[in-house]
Amino acid sequence: MITLTNVLLLAALLFCISVAGIFLNRKNILILLMCIELMLLSVNMNFIAFSHFLGDIHGQIFVFFILTVAAAEAAIGLAILIVMFRNRDTINVESLDSMKG
Amino acid sequence: MSISNEILLALPELSLLSMACLVLVVDAFSKDPDHRITYWLTQISLAIVFLLVFTSIPDEPRLAFHNSFIDDAMSSVLKCFICAITIIVFLYSYEYLKENKLMKGEYFVLGLFAVLGMMIMSSAYSLLSIYLGLELMSLSMYAMVAMNRKSAAASEAAMKYFILGALASGMLLYGISMIYGLTSSIQFTEIAAISMTSVENSRFLVFGMIFMIIGIAFKLGAAPFHMWVPDVYQGAPTSVTLFISTAPKLAAFAMAIRILVDGLFPLVADWQSILMVLAVLSMAIGNIVAISQTNIKRMLAYSTIAHVGYLFLGLIAGTINGFAGSMFYIISYALMSMGTFGMIILLGRYEFEAKNLEDFKGLSGRSPWFAFIMMCLMFSMAGVPPFLGFWSKWFVLKELVASGYFALAAVSVVFSIIGAYYYLRIVKLMYFDKPDKMTAIKATKQMRAVLTANGLLILVLGLLPNSLMQICLTALAH
Amino acid sequence: MSLGLVLGKIMGHARSDSEKQSPYECGFEAFEDARMKFDVRYYLVAILFIIFDLEIAFLFPWAVALDGIGLVGFWAMMIFLGVLVIGFIYEWRKGALDWE
Repeated sequence: MITLTNVLLLAALLFCISVAGIFLNRKNILILLMCIELMLLSVNMNFIAFSHFLGDIHGQIFVFFILTVAAAEAAIGLAILIVMFRNRDTINVESLDSMKG
Repeated sequence: MSISNEILLALPELSLLSMACLVLVVDAFSKDPDHRITYWLTQISLAIVFLLVFTSIPDEPRLAFHNSFIDDAMSSVLKCFICAITIIVFLYSYEYLKENKLMKGEYFVLGLFAVLGMMIMSSAYSLLSIYLGLELMSLSMYAMVAMNRKSAAASEAAMKYFILGALASGMLLYGISMIYGLTSSIQFTEIAAISMTSVENSRFLVFGMIFMIIGIAFKLGAAPFHMWVPDVYQGAPTSVTLFISTAPKLAAFAMAIRILVDGLFPLVADWQSILMVLAVLSMAIGNIVAISQTNIKRMLAYSTIAHVGYLFLGLIAGTINGFAGSMFYIISYALMSMGTFGMIILLGRYEFEAKNLEDFKGLSGRSPWFAFIMMCLMFSMAGVPPFLGFWSKWFVLKELVASGYFALAAVSVVFSIIGAYYYLRIVKLMYFDKPDKMTAIKATKQMRAVLTANGLLILVLGLLPNSLMQICLTALAH
Repeated sequence: MSLGLVLGKIMGHARSDSEKQSPYECGFEAFEDARMKFDVRYYLVAILFIIFDLEIAFLFPWAVALDGIGLVGFWAMMIFLGVLVIGFIYEWRKGALDWE
């Protein structure tokens, strides 16, 4: 039997993986975008679990909107990535350091 | 309430949406390289929305759309300021974009959608509507930062802004999901009612709230979540920096009030202590790091971080007067920041941007009048009486002391004295240093007129601070 | 529906060639190394696709609940689709749909 705690733990684990991925990844910006997506999906899991165990529909509606916003976010992220690649010919995370102070 | 009444309540937002769609289509079909039609349609739609909001300021808060949308005095006042500020911002921007050959209709369209997001944020009364408004605003602004496609700095700034902003939304959402799970509601009145009674869950509620505060702090740019602010301010085109540093701050303030005061007021003791840490860190990092900057946009970015710290002080006071003080603070900050970036745009020309502090050297010789306006702005930012910035600090600190936070008030006074140094340095550069070259200032009449009005507004409001404070108090009275 | 199936069987041309028999995968060879470089223009199409395919997520529950939500619900979705159409007009005018 899957309990609420099980799902919440899984979602928390996924959330931690994605945050760690954002801070530890030093190579490719595309991986950062994937981490952001994973983060939103782990939140979705939280919402679905709560919605199911509380018997309340609001959580599922929230998930719909998060999914759509995540798609728009991914689109803008990719667009910025392309602009950046055209300007500097690299999508290395370490290349994001031209401004300092 | 019937559906037509509900639609009437959201009429400003709906008309802004339809106008924004219209502007988008018109711009796609127009061939004018100067995008004059787009610009004027944008200004007209903002003016219409301003009038719609201004003529229907309600006395009593009214709820609509399953209680997830509120029309009250605070949202109306903030929307009025958002529209008015954006009109002036677009006026400055139009000059800048034309001068720097960056003119694209998308700037105005994205700006309109961002304003729509801000208006939804100020009227949101459930976690879902607040999230949607926030994302509409943020996504438009990410794209605006990347607007100059040839600039490597701009695309780098946009990437950083995007990644950290998305991280912040993720944090906020995680907090929202926790709050939802514990209160089984996403509507603020219900959340407040349930979190008042559920004592056994309060530890978990605080856990969710911490994530939400991290999200808010990211969006406002409070330390230690401020990493994106300096890079975005420096890398983005000045017109976009101008936009980002003004109206969105009002919306972020509205979000903070809705979540922390309308939704989670039962947990006031917990969020006060978290905000205290954020406020002290922001004031310290903002004011101290700003001293070592040579790029003026970067310096103003650190000054924003410091100002967000002061904004939190009013929230920490935890009283209606304190919140009104914060609202006064954020409105006056937006006005000052608008004038300062307008000044940077005025001094810049094609392929030359007044980006270093040295560019302000000897401004009094080049243009005594604009040196005076800039001096007003800088004195106001530093908090010198009788300018507006002094009163905003005064109201916030007065409420803080009234609520018994003497040590915090003393610390913030010390930091504002440290902060005064780098503002006054610009005044010194303008009046006591010799310019490198005596180029005349080139700008249109309307730019000069509006910038003058902007500077004098700071002075006049500084002489009559009670009128604006009265507006803020009535806005938060319910 | 079965009529359509039968008609299709009778009327349709049942030709078979090697292209038709091979698995179809959006213009790529189906079984090769996935880590290859491909045209940056795919990104643009992908970006546009992401945005427009998600409207389906809203259309499904709307279609299922159409009986219960009445005229208001119907027109709400029409307005939503109208906004999408405006976005589509914009990207068409900007030439985002042209491959060359």
